[in-house]
Formats: sequence, structure tokens, C-alpha cells
Amino acid sequence: MYLKYRDLTIEGLFGRVSDASLERAIDGDSQDPAVLKTLLSPWAESCLERMAERSHDITMRHFGKTIQLYAPLYLSNYCDNQCLYCGFNAKNDIERKKLTLDEVVKEAEHIAATGIRHILILTGESRAHTPLSYIRDCVKALTGYFDSIAVEIYPLAGHEYAELVAEGVDGLTLYQELYDEELYKKMHPAGPKSDYRSRLDAPERGAKSGMRSVSIGVILGLADWRREAFFMGLHARYLQNKFPDVDIGISVPRIRPQVSDFKPAFGVSDMNIVQLITAMRIFFPRASISVSTREYPAFRENLIPLGVTRMSAGSVTSVGGYAIGEQRASQTEQFEIMDHRSVKEVCSMLEKRGYQPVFKDWVRV
Amino acid sequence: MEDVLKIGNKAIRNRLFIGTGKFASYPAMKEAIEAAGSEVVTVALRRVGSGSKTDSILDHIPKGCVMAPNTSGARNAEEAVRIARLAKAAGCGNWVKIEVIKDTKYLLPDNLETLKATEILVKEGFVVLPYMSPDLSMARRLVEAGAAAVMPLGSPIGSNRGVKTRELVEIMVREIDAPVIVDAGLGKPSDACLCMELGCAAVLVNTAIAIAQDTAGMARAFSDAVKAGRLAYLSGLPASGEEASASSPLTGFLR
Repeated sequence: MYLKYRDLTIEGLFGRVSDASLERAIDGDSQDPAVLKTLLSPWAESCLERMAERSHDITMRHFGKTIQLYAPLYLSNYCDNQCLYCGFNAKNDIERKKLTLDEVVKEAEHIAATGIRHILILTGESRAHTPLSYIRDCVKALTGYFDSIAVEIYPLAGHEYAELVAEGVDGLTLYQELYDEELYKKMHPAGPKSDYRSRLDAPERGAKSGMRSVSIGVILGLADWRREAFFMGLHARYLQNKFPDVDIGISVPRIRPQVSDFKPAFGVSDMNIVQLITAMRIFFPRASISVSTREYPAFRENLIPLGVTRMSAGSVTSVGGYAIGEQRASQTEQFEIMDHRSVKEVCSMLEKRGYQPVFKDWVRV
Repeated sequence: MEDVLKIGNKAIRNRLFIGTGKFASYPAMKEAIEAAGSEVVTVALRRVGSGSKTDSILDHIPKGCVMAPNTSGARNAEEAVRIARLAKAAGCGNWVKIEVIKDTKYLLPDNLETLKATEILVKEGFVVLPYMSPDLSMARRLVEAGAAAVMPLGSPIGSNRGVKTRELVEIMVREIDAPVIVDAGLGKPSDACLCMELGCAAVLVNTAIAIAQDTAGMARAFSDAVKAGRLAYLSGLPASGEEASASSPLTGFLR
């Protein structure tokens, strides 16, 4: 499927679509990738309100008036990669830190005290500093605090994912970041992450190894967003068809400023994000779609009825940041946070908008 | 004689069961259950708090309601059994609605794993309500295994498409010697009314009530529709033929 579309240009992918096929794409239930292509095309922009209405209707029926909350917990920022757009880039002169198990527990206590029960643990990509055994130990320390633990770490082998599952991890988040192979090479010049294929196959290894939810994503701003979103959609569909019992999640983070002076080459407007989220919702009615604190508060709020089902709240993206206070930790953060509201503030915003903040939606068996 | 539905050792008068997911808040959920006068509610164990400081859904279930925790999240019999045991240990009683779903696209149940879980949980003393794809043979086997009722889907969860499985549900109502409770897909009170007219013992509704603008109003509408459908069924619905009957009876010459 991928090969069928891989070499098409932007124009080839998103050529003129008729009003009739646009309508069919918005109102139908077809699984044909051509539908996603249509929904992501520039031509669909004229139908954005209709797409939003359909997306809202589908999301309501499948998820109701609820938003699942989670928080990220950064274990370490040591990294062997040199991703041009990331604050953890090995070449960046930042303070490197890895939490001790005692510090992990302190972070967990701080996060759990806000009511959060779903946690996403993150590291940079450094097997030397954060080997699998360390991540396993961290998971062991966290199971008492959280009902759901997901990992966003370097790609693992299948048996390694299985080890984490056995320890109590139920979710895997792993963004390809960029589906365009040429640009991928440029953006990831060194380190294990420069291996495009190994990263691309990792979500599949996770699903095969017993992960209950697998989230994939692209970093918006590194390439043409329509094309990237389309390939992410193909990837998600492939995973969904191959692993029907795994919940597939989608994230569409926009690139944020970080410590280096990297400037994204492709603009992605709020309108583009709305088109992307509503298109994904129509094509993947039951997929979870998350929006992180990378987005500014008002925009996050406006996205809620359009298809979003998960939000991070009260996030700190620096290592040890929850316990020591964000201000002091900001030097080590992966990216700049736009929504600084506490979990409590996010909850009251959701309630005001008629949504129930859901803290717990998983049971470890 | 009073019309009651007996499940386990309970006598249930209100035949609208309500699912508790998707509501904007726990108070809104409670208000809807009370407005409908429902006596049986299902709760996903995955949503039940585990000692966190946050509000617990269980505190908002009206007193006197029978709670049937469901095994949402289970992908096989083993997981469903474990979730049911956890629910019992958490004080949710001994009813369980078995949901074993391996299909995240449509949330269609796995009947075979559901049967396996039913066999185990019945032996452990649970009142088992299996959610299933409407299949007569499987329904028979579930009842043989001791299921207290069978819960065929009307259409996929959250689809609001109504009783798309009508023919199969009708056959089950005729043939199965246990309550048939239609669960999932009922989008309108008239869908619920139809199920009751067909002779179903009860219906379970969640999405259509939870996402209505006025949830309490919609809960009441569903409850009234269920009562009307039940009364119509008990009163003996006249058959409705599509064609008019001949004015000269075909067998008139026999007189």
C-alpha cells in the first residue's frame, strides 16, 4: 500500500477532487485510503465546517462527553541522536540528567497527587545511560501509583517490549516523526534513530508483543503536513488491520521552540491542524487522538469538540521537573510548553465545556 | 399480576438498564438513572477508582440499583474472568456483564471467548450477563452454561443505528429460555420500544442517553418507550401484514 503512494508528489497525491467525492468522503464509512487523501487535500478546506460536524458526531458517539487525562514523566534526557529539531539532541550543550529510582518515586508522588492515573514515561535514546533494565525498574516503581503506564522511549526488540508488558506497561508511543525518507535522513543525521526502517517497524513489534495501545505520530512542521499525515494514516490503518485488538492512537504535535535555533521549514496553521484532526477522526472513528501541552490553551480548548479524546495536563517536559519545580528545570526540557495550567485548572475548563475529565480508564489484570 | 423480570435473585420492574460511560459528569449520570427509574446499571471496572483521591463513579450510582460491572478491556476469557474477580473484590457485587472484545474498530464481541468466561464465572457464583453477537446456537450454549440472560447487540456500540439485527433477535426471543436483553446500538427511544414489542426482556442503553443534550429527559423518554413496548407486547400486538386482506375470504366457500 505504502509503495503505491510513496513516490507520488504532493500534486499527484492531492490532485483535484470532485465535490461528489468530497461529500462521499465526509459522510461515508469507507476504509479506502483514497478517502483519507480526499479529506486531507486542499480541496477539503472549503468543507471544514462539515468535516468538523461529522468528526464531532463520531467522537460523541464513540467517546461521549469525556476526555482522558495523562501526564508525561521524563526519566532521562541523555541521547545519542542528533535530531535537528529536538532539545535533547546529543550536540546540544544542556544539563543531562537521569532520575534515580528515589527521584522517580518523588515525581510519581507529585503527579499522582494531582489525580492523574495514566502516565507516559519518556527517555532520550541512550541504551548506555537508560538501559532496558533501568526502564523496567522505573516501571516497577510506578505501578503502585498509576493504573496505566505507557512508554515513549527508544525502539526496542519484540522480546524487550514483551518484558515491559510483563512488568505492567500497556501502552507504546512511538512517533516516526517524519515519513518522508529523504527529509528523515537530513533531520536525523546520526545516532540509532537515523535508521528509518527500524523505527518504522517498532510500533508493529510492540503490538505483536502485547501492548494494548500503540500511538504513532508525526512532528508537524518538518515536511508538507498533508503528505505526512496521509502516510501516518496508512501506517495507522496497517497496524489496525494487522492487530485488530490493539487500540491505535494518533498524535499530531506541532514543532515547538527548544534550546537550539532550529526553524521549521513548513508552516502548519491552526486551520491545517483542524483539517488534519477531523480527517483522522472520520477515517479512524475509534482511534484515540491526543493533543499535548505543546499547543496553546485556547486552541487546545477549541479542539476538544472536534475529535480529540486525550490531553496531557499539568505537564513538565524536563527531567525531575515535577518535584523541583518547573522554573529551575526548564533548562533541560525537551520542548517549550504552551499550556502551563495545572491538572485542576484543565479539569475545571473541561467541566465548564461540558466534558468529564477521565483520570482512570484502565485496569491492569 | 405484577410484571417483573427475574435475574439472579432480583425482581426487576424497570426494564431499561443504563450504561454509565460517556456522561459529561457523574451527577449528570446519576440524574439520568434516577429520571429513568432504572434499577440495573452497568459500570466498566476500568473506570472504577483504585484508591486515588479523585471522585469515584461508585459514589454516584443511586442507592438500590443493581450494579453489573462490565469487563470492558478484556480481549479473552482469562482477562474477563480476572476483571470480574477484581470487580467482586472491589465490592461491586456478584453480577457481571461479560464483554470480550478483540476488535477495536467495531467493538464486536468474541462469542467463543465469552462462552469460556461464562462457564468459569457461573461456577464461581456470578450472575453472568454475556454481551454477544446474536447467534442462536451460541445463545443456547451460553444459557446451558448458566448465563442469567443473553445480551445480543442491536448494532455496533455507539453506532446509534437501532435494531439492525432484528431478525436474529426475534429468533432468539422465540427460542431462548432466558431473558433476551438487547444491548448496544439503540439510538432512539423508538428503537428500545421496538425491542420490547418484539418480546425482549429488557434493553441496555448508554450512548443515546449520555450524549443527548438533556440527558435526564432522554433517559425518561427511553424509560417510557420501554414501558410502552413492554405493555404492547403483553397486550398482544396484532400482526401487521403489508397487504390488505381479501374482502372475500379464500376459504369462504367452506361455510
